[in-house]
Amino acid sequence: MALDDRQLTHLQRLEAESIQIMREVVSTATNPVMLYSVGKDSACMLHLAKKAFYPSPPPFPLLHVDTTWKFQAMYKLRDKAAADAGMQLLVHHNPEAMEKGINPFDHGSLHTDMWKTDGLKQALSHYGFDAAFGGARRDEEKSRAKERVFSFRSANHRWDPKNQRPELWSQYNARKAKGESIRVFPLSNWTELDIWQYIQLEGIEIVPLYFSAPRPVVERDGLLIMVDDDRFPLRDGEEPEMRSIRFRTLGCYPLTGAVESEAATLSEVIQEMLLTTTSERQGRAIDHDSAASMEKKKQEGYF
Amino acid sequence: MSVAETQEYKVDALIAEDIDAYLSKHQHKTMLRFITCGSVDDGKSTLIGRLLYDSKMIFEDQLATLSKDSKAVGTQGQDIDFALLVDGLAAEREQGITIDVAYRFFATDKRKFIVADTPGHEQYTRNMVTGASTADLAVILIDARQGILTQTRRHSYIVNLLGIPNVVLAVNKMDLVGYSQERFDQIVADYREFATSIGIKDFTAIPISGLKGDNIVDRSSGMDWYTGPTLMAHLEEVPLSDRSALQRPFRMPVQWVNRPNLDFRGFSGTISSGEVKPGDAVRVVPSGKTSTVKSVVTFDGDLDRAVAGQAVTLTFNDEIDCSRGNVIAAADNPPEVADQFETTLIWMDEAEMLPGRPYILQLGTQSVTATITEPKYEVNVNTAEQLPSRTLKLNAIGVCNISTDRPLVFESYDDDRTMGGFILIDRMTNATVAAGLIHFALRRSQNIHWQAVDIDREAHAQQKGQKARVVWFTGLSGSGKSTIANLVEKKLHSMGRHSFLLDGDNVRHGLNRDLGFTDADRVENIRRVGEVARLMTDAGLIVLTAFISPFRAERQMVRDLMAEGEFVEVFVNTPLDVAESRDVKGLYKKARAGQLKNFTGIDSPYEEPDDAEVTVNTAEMTAEEAAEMIVDHLLRT
Repeated sequence: MALDDRQLTHLQRLEAESIQIMREVVSTATNPVMLYSVGKDSACMLHLAKKAFYPSPPPFPLLHVDTTWKFQAMYKLRDKAAADAGMQLLVHHNPEAMEKGINPFDHGSLHTDMWKTDGLKQALSHYGFDAAFGGARRDEEKSRAKERVFSFRSANHRWDPKNQRPELWSQYNARKAKGESIRVFPLSNWTELDIWQYIQLEGIEIVPLYFSAPRPVVERDGLLIMVDDDRFPLRDGEEPEMRSIRFRTLGCYPLTGAVESEAATLSEVIQEMLLTTTSERQGRAIDHDSAASMEKKKQEGYF
Repeated sequence: MSVAETQEYKVDALIAEDIDAYLSKHQHKTMLRFITCGSVDDGKSTLIGRLLYDSKMIFEDQLATLSKDSKAVGTQGQDIDFALLVDGLAAEREQGITIDVAYRFFATDKRKFIVADTPGHEQYTRNMVTGASTADLAVILIDARQGILTQTRRHSYIVNLLGIPNVVLAVNKMDLVGYSQERFDQIVADYREFATSIGIKDFTAIPISGLKGDNIVDRSSGMDWYTGPTLMAHLEEVPLSDRSALQRPFRMPVQWVNRPNLDFRGFSGTISSGEVKPGDAVRVVPSGKTSTVKSVVTFDGDLDRAVAGQAVTLTFNDEIDCSRGNVIAAADNPPEVADQFETTLIWMDEAEMLPGRPYILQLGTQSVTATITEPKYEVNVNTAEQLPSRTLKLNAIGVCNISTDRPLVFESYDDDRTMGGFILIDRMTNATVAAGLIHFALRRSQNIHWQAVDIDREAHAQQKGQKARVVWFTGLSGSGKSTIANLVEKKLHSMGRHSFLLDGDNVRHGLNRDLGFTDADRVENIRRVGEVARLMTDAGLIVLTAFISPFRAERQMVRDLMAEGEFVEVFVNTPLDVAESRDVKGLYKKARAGQLKNFTGIDSPYEEPDDAEVTVNTAEMTAEEAAEMIVDHLLRT
């Protein structure tokens, strides 16, 4: 057989790299966990984990650091995906945020800080996880281009940019002192297009919100916000209207802007993405704060 | 007029016309990883920015920001400054953050590309080495006005050292030398002479202008004399290195043993070279045991064949030992096994290299303790000259002999980057302190491969009906180690167990009579005792040792020699005042009087164990009670 037939495609190489990373973590960490946010990247990561350990189920639980403000459709898929994979699903709610009723309408960036950043730290400490898989990719923005695959956090979950290790070949030094933990990003070298192509090729189930359908929305501060439940406080003059929309990224529904779209199939979604001329994260309110916001959030412990 | 206004954002027409056709075309892309070598002055950031821009990886909102930034802080007047797209490094430098390797992504219809972008200055050699380690191709940038500089030589040396198979000499800023063919030919001739001298056999030279876009994606109108490919065309067509991995014999380092239930036992790993099919005869290295492949298991079903680069799970037709750190290889062509090597080290840590200190050596899934036995010379990376040196500092590259505490399965780095490249890790800080490349095994340790011994250590122990152990007594002089060890041995003997006691008396007078009591000699004393103890466990014995063994590191060294659970550390925890008051041999008195140097507890430290399997306190229990407690532990575990 000709050599060329045995050459791996870019998706096969990316898949093999992610699997190698996951197996390495399971072999070296005492108590790993996979952070699962129900988005398309999480869906890919979970699928890769199933592949990495087959016929065993992935030998770690899924952890959803929940804000209670995710889209209903996300909760539905979350529970189904964990059950399908034969994995334990841990859901953490920051009790303090719960008690104070922290929400994205009244509390701005405190919402993310408390539910997600603090919540994640609480959950990792509570369960004593020493390695956590995350679905972040280097192509998401400039500050992530230099992020390591194995990212070390101090005992209080801080990221110390000066204390990260060089990663040569496919060798990862996973050694750490007691109390330290690692965030591991098996999708580091994937791009958004790779993710979409892989979802299509592998038939991975994703939240229906990525596909266009008529949904109730209001237009607020330049974003199209979907009214997902009756907790949405309408301002004076705001009247939800049905529009054909979909989401390019998924987060807390009041913070995630929809786009008007007719793309109802995976091919159409990819087509729209390729023809679109604005970058992916524009629909996320969190990035509008400041250019260095992600860098800062990372140092504080948010992904 | 700015570039943004003249160049429209354009996409492949096929996307709009027939998305499914487009996607099917893109599913069959290959991937190329490359590194760009040069500095901002050579137009490196501009070149990368240009590649991203020309392959439509820049979105409208990014372009708007870029256009605004270019006018505000750019260096190109009203034109777009592509460097700003990728130049996160300048900001880092101001913030004092580690200058790093940044990875950028773009794709064309034929390939996906990952670019490792590293700073070019000498103080960032380690970053360049990191970026180069995964690259299939290197673009060495030269400013056409400057020609070959010191840094060109340094970059070329590193590219060649790290074994990057394809080298592109990109002669940039051709617009500033009037697109002169004469200038280009001169630079290429100069470079050829230098490249040959350091061992680069072949390279592709391309005249470009990153700023103007000449010969990047589109052919230059100003250089009709150049008939070769554009940079992008070359990147799309150059053969990939995984092709050569396919032609080598089969190897798969085992990462993880897959045991979902009692009926399935598979070995998971990524194939580093060759291919494997069901029915293939394989050998597990270093044990040397052989079997045949039963199935190549994946989530997508069993495969008829798997090739280099694929992550799979193999099952065997025989039940043979195989675990993480082993390499499954073609039975008739296994990799070498050795414990002493000549290597090149690239030092990456602020703390300089210490010959003699044990570091953790990680090669693939293998992890051993390694000592640098003989630094041979350092290389001046600018001139490739060899300089005598006893150590290596941050960013230094040198050739050293190293020795490992256990045999390592390896290939020469020149043949196989995966099985010949390793990292060294500091045992205290866990930092990755060096990258290493194995040249060859030193002959005295070389084994082509180990034949599995038919009567193995388990067989020996089984014959005696016991589990081979090392019971390692540690504690101050006079703490009662020998007394208790003797009692333990008597008890074991009466139970029909075969044991042997190693202590200062029978070791210091023979095997170790050449050793004194300096720290270095104490370390060697323990090392030899550890090796002897290991041989005795291979023979199936229960070995009792009674040595002060004051240093944690050496006790750990012996523990690492043994299989999991075979090393039983017994801490005879007797307070110094109690031990000193006993002073059976009158040694404390002498030490206090200054007649005995380096006496543990007096003028030499004793490092207490953190996690001894058994701790006995002879101030609170009798020697008999202590011995019973230890025997009880041995029988239970």
